[in-house]
Amino acid sequence: MSAVIETRGLRKEFVVRKRAGRFRRTRHAIAAVDGVDLRVEAGEMLGYIGPNGAGKSTTLKMLTGVLHPSGGDVRVCGFEPVPQRVRLARGIGVVFGQRSQLWWDLPLRESFDLLRHIYRVPPSEHAARLARCRSMLELDPFLDTPVRQLSLGQRMRGEITAALLHGPAVLFLDEPTIGLDVVSKQSVRAFLAEVGARGDTTVVLTTHDLADIQRLCERLVVIDHGRVVHDGTLAALHARYGSRRRVVADLDAPLDRPVAVPGADLESTEGGGARLTYALDQPPGALIAALAQTGVLRDVKIEEPDIEEVVARLYKDR
Amino acid sequence: MAEYYRLFLAQARGQAQYRASFWFDVAASTGFGVIDLLGVLVVFHASGSLGGFTQAEGLLIAALAGAGFALADLVVGSVERIRNYVRTGLFDAVLLRPLGALGQLIAMDFAPRRAGRAVLCAALIPVTAVGAGVQWTPVRLLVAVLAPLCGAVLFGAIFVATATVAFWWIDSGEFANSFTYGGRDFSTWPATIYGGVFRRVFAYGFGFAFAGYYPALILLGRPDPLGGPPWLAWLSPLVAAVAAVVAGLFWRRGVRQYRSTGS
Repeated sequence: MSAVIETRGLRKEFVVRKRAGRFRRTRHAIAAVDGVDLRVEAGEMLGYIGPNGAGKSTTLKMLTGVLHPSGGDVRVCGFEPVPQRVRLARGIGVVFGQRSQLWWDLPLRESFDLLRHIYRVPPSEHAARLARCRSMLELDPFLDTPVRQLSLGQRMRGEITAALLHGPAVLFLDEPTIGLDVVSKQSVRAFLAEVGARGDTTVVLTTHDLADIQRLCERLVVIDHGRVVHDGTLAALHARYGSRRRVVADLDAPLDRPVAVPGADLESTEGGGARLTYALDQPPGALIAALAQTGVLRDVKIEEPDIEEVVARLYKDR
Repeated sequence: MAEYYRLFLAQARGQAQYRASFWFDVAASTGFGVIDLLGVLVVFHASGSLGGFTQAEGLLIAALAGAGFALADLVVGSVERIRNYVRTGLFDAVLLRPLGALGQLIAMDFAPRRAGRAVLCAALIPVTAVGAGVQWTPVRLLVAVLAPLCGAVLFGAIFVATATVAFWWIDSGEFANSFTYGGRDFSTWPATIYGGVFRRVFAYGFGFAFAGYYPALILLGRPDPLGGPPWLAWLSPLVAAVAAVVAGLFWRRGVRQYRSTGS
């Protein structure tokens, strides 16, 4: 396997002018991306996450040839993105949530047809890919509607289709589910999971949506202040930051003595003892058994470790 | 080229939804061309001759320069909209397609609605040439055809070069217009009417004298009243080529400078 994306010491600085006195302005160079080393193999599905302003979009723009890096090396599909932008563009698909690749005044169908010519895709390949997207993303009801009249969820499904019609080796998605309703989110997520599962497309996505991360990202790269602070699986992230599963127990009556089991810490008591929350270091079986023996257990709920919490902790530890 | 043509067709189909505005713009474009030439007529009518040129000769200069400008405006005039693309970050979408960025912008914003003025000025070149008593030879015929094309390349280069300022300076506003429309106004009149440094900078520095003034001298068979050597009048193609190269370099630097916007 060879690396589809490889960066070494990738940097991007922006010059910011600040007012200093009435007329004078001082110049500051701010590093939005500050030495990112990244290696992504063909077929990987990578989540690129971090707080707002961490440098996620800037990295993506450098990988796709939109922005010129201030320093470091970058190769995508074997190309240098900016000098070889046009050739790279044939090999990648890009969905930037806020920037449409579609033609505003044209029906979706015509945008797709136009893209076939722009990317010089053989008609049979184009038709096959479009047919797959049409059925999986349920495009047919709005295929003849001008893009400007589409709902956000419809448009996003159109954008994703547009990014895939030329059979890119890498699909970049910048917050593909932002602003979508639950149904659209699920539809988009299921589709992307399927694209990833086929293994012929490398997927890199940025997101703030934790369900996206849990569903889609085998590998997580967390970036903050332009630097990679974590690179590994979601489980590794939990292990590293000690996030734990929780058991929330609702009781019919408060207990005289709270249930105590090794590896389960009572974290909070609410409603005068009617709701107990434990944080676990071990599987929940022993604790639930102990709770059941009290005879007053009405309901029990197990909460998976919350990526949100991990990420929040990550962001706080700056 | 086929891809760019497709882009243009797509744009045209989108625009076709706004049919009334199309015909309004065609009329406006033609109307403004007429007004500009009426302005030339009025000034010459009042003064008899200007800078050593008669009214008929002055109109020929104005028609040659006007045709070059209008043609450039028709093809690349919309490049000034680059500042909107840069400001809103829409330029991202342009850079993500496997086509040249400048070609895409031209194809996406090419507006036949601006053709009125170009057609008007081009039609006036033979009319004003006859009026000014041009003795036709095959070479002069060629000059009459090539001059507006060289002028178009020159003005097109100015359009592109000044539009790239938006990459560095997003609120560039009317900065570009002072060169493009300023250049058009400069080249409408005989270069002899301008003085000193101003003439040197605009006529030769930016090359605006080579859009209308020098080709007209060739057609009229007149030596340069400014005392330039005879070969100077033939430099229009060279001036246009140099301007195009310089504009290309500006453009490349500008795209590298592009900062996009946060999302």
